[in-house]
Amino acid sequence: MNMLRRHWPWILAFVILLAIPFLFYDWSKGRHSGFVLTLMSEIGVMAIFALSYNMLMGQAGLLSFGHAVLLGMGAYCAAHVVLLVKAGTIWLPTELVPLAGGLGGLFFGFVFGWLVTKQRATAFAMITMGLGELVSAAALMFMGFFGGEGGIPVDRVMNTSLVGVSYSSPWQVYCLVLVWAFVAAVLMKLQTQTPLGSMANATRDNFERAQFVGYDPRMVRLYQFALSGFFAGIGGGLYVMIYEIVTFDTVSAAKSANALLAVYIGGAGGFFGPILGTIVVVLLQSGVSLLSNAWLLYVGILFIVMVMYAPGGLIGLLFMHMPIWRAGRMRELLLPYARAFPPALIVLLGFVFLVELTSFTTIGAAQGKKFSIGGNVIDTTAPMPWVIALAMLVLGALWLRREARGFRERWDDVMDGIKRQGAMS
Amino acid sequence: MEVFVVSLLNGLVYGMLLFMLASGLTLILSMMGVLNFAHASAYMLGAYFAYTISTYIGFWPALILAPLLCGLVGAAIEMFGLRRVHRNGHIAELLFTFGLALLIEKGVQMTWGLLPVPYRVPELLDFPLFSVYGTHFPAYRAFMLLISALMFGAIWLGLTRTRIGLVIQAALTHPDMASALGHNVPRIFTLVFAAGTALAGLAGVIGGNYQVTEPAMAFTMGPIVFVVVVFGGLGSLTGCFIASILMGLIQTFAVVFDVSLADLLAKFGFTVTSGTPFAEVLNVTLPRVGALLPFLMLVLILVFRPRGLMGTRDT
Repeated sequence: MNMLRRHWPWILAFVILLAIPFLFYDWSKGRHSGFVLTLMSEIGVMAIFALSYNMLMGQAGLLSFGHAVLLGMGAYCAAHVVLLVKAGTIWLPTELVPLAGGLGGLFFGFVFGWLVTKQRATAFAMITMGLGELVSAAALMFMGFFGGEGGIPVDRVMNTSLVGVSYSSPWQVYCLVLVWAFVAAVLMKLQTQTPLGSMANATRDNFERAQFVGYDPRMVRLYQFALSGFFAGIGGGLYVMIYEIVTFDTVSAAKSANALLAVYIGGAGGFFGPILGTIVVVLLQSGVSLLSNAWLLYVGILFIVMVMYAPGGLIGLLFMHMPIWRAGRMRELLLPYARAFPPALIVLLGFVFLVELTSFTTIGAAQGKKFSIGGNVIDTTAPMPWVIALAMLVLGALWLRREARGFRERWDDVMDGIKRQGAMS
Repeated sequence: MEVFVVSLLNGLVYGMLLFMLASGLTLILSMMGVLNFAHASAYMLGAYFAYTISTYIGFWPALILAPLLCGLVGAAIEMFGLRRVHRNGHIAELLFTFGLALLIEKGVQMTWGLLPVPYRVPELLDFPLFSVYGTHFPAYRAFMLLISALMFGAIWLGLTRTRIGLVIQAALTHPDMASALGHNVPRIFTLVFAAGTALAGLAGVIGGNYQVTEPAMAFTMGPIVFVVVVFGGLGSLTGCFIASILMGLIQTFAVVFDVSLADLLAKFGFTVTSGTPFAEVLNVTLPRVGALLPFLMLVLILVFRPRGLMGTRDT
């Protein structure tokens, strides 16, 4: 009972995530929406990946540009294990394929980690970038392990399930992803409370003092890197189960960059930041890329805005409201928020409009696509849409700046009030 | 022999091109510790600017205007972006330039399209200068060598013979000390950043039609330039020069020699069959490994000699 009281948010989240696909359930045909299930499975895998990335970036302060190597190597290992099981060489329950990926990730985490953890800070970023490029070049070169450009296709229906599930439908795979994602997330959360997790924080904040305490920062980094490889590998194993193929994309620099973007947008400080960031990035990636070519541009802008103005990420922005929420004064911010909302919306729309206009004149035209809003085709070569977009952007920005000043005054007032209250009580 | 001479010349051309990119990056990285991911993006921008300018008013004005434009972009990035992020530390700066590189790539894709643009060598220089053992050496490559040699001379003179060059040199190795002595290191940094970006832009102008002008060119060139900078060592332009030439030669020669480890072993009497352990690794030929060599070098150097060839301190 005590368990339930303390951990109810986790259980609630699990139940909600299990229920969401039913919102898109097609009752007339009696089947799930494949798109939603794939999307949510993707979010699950990328969330594990981002969390494992945050073990390096958030916890240990190590900025890696080659984290996808660990995901990819885990995925390749899992794919080979699946092939071996299918050939009858070894026996392994289907449910444990992600674990095989995790062990592969752990192994390569130790091997690569032994090289890269000699350095930290900028040098670490560079050496992981070199490693990432090295492995993705090797993935195209060696056919035996990586399968070259075609990758390694597998068939996830192995008939070795412990619970008698065939994993032929996306729904069954989604359940598997969900369970593993929760196991991995809980383990990673627990890891932050272990001595290793604390020492990782210590070497991040003051690496010389951590040395004086008697720990070898190199070893702390190595263990942290290897463990992060284990969880990334679990993600890789799940990747194999979802897509039934592993290609060199999984080790590519673009994949690594995705993790970095997701973690930073969500916020590297809190444990749940990376999950939030992953949801934003994957939704933008899958949702926007159906409509336009510019999803990476939006993610990039979001990223730069975060780096420049909100280093704590989305979760940091949320946490900034905590004291006001606790003092019960959120109501006073409602009006300033409501006043800032219209100009913000206009700026956003103007910006999106401008980006899409540019994108459709070049890339869209080359692909033979037409830019249409609500069924009206817009002529991107005419000057009018451009003028409208620019006007929205500029005028909206001016208006937003005015409102932002008022908002800041209000915010400072409320914060001051709370501080004074705190001092008196 | 003929292969050797031709490859040597090509390697030199490529090496000098790399040096144009790497010199600016070395200065930026050594002075302020900013690992500028957007440096190769300036190279790409230079090529695209030059392409657009050359379609309107020709190649020669583009040779001057495009680098100037890139320099302006660089100065703007430093003044309105980097300086703001600076107080959040080196990692934030690095992330900022990384995001910028992403944005520039997407921006270029959206402005000039996904496909390579037909940015060509100017007609005036489109003839074979001389031929070595029957292989023609294009005049444009000689022109590239000339430009990069001139640039090298200008940098060298600027750094050793002018007052500001001396301050830059001081700030390279002892940034804090130079600042404590009353020199305005941030302003010098803006200058160096703009100059470095302009140089990268110049490299783009003359490199864009030597290679291919496409949106992916920044992300293929960027890591190689990093390798050169790390290999050369922080705070040393000489090291950077040697590393650039070396990298140029390695990359061109790797393409030429069609040998593998298996061939080498065969000289000593081992024959590699498909049953030999690591047969696949042994059978890979050198041209295929060529793309991989720079990164192997990067990893090995950072592991075993983090200060690089002639660096004054660790990376």
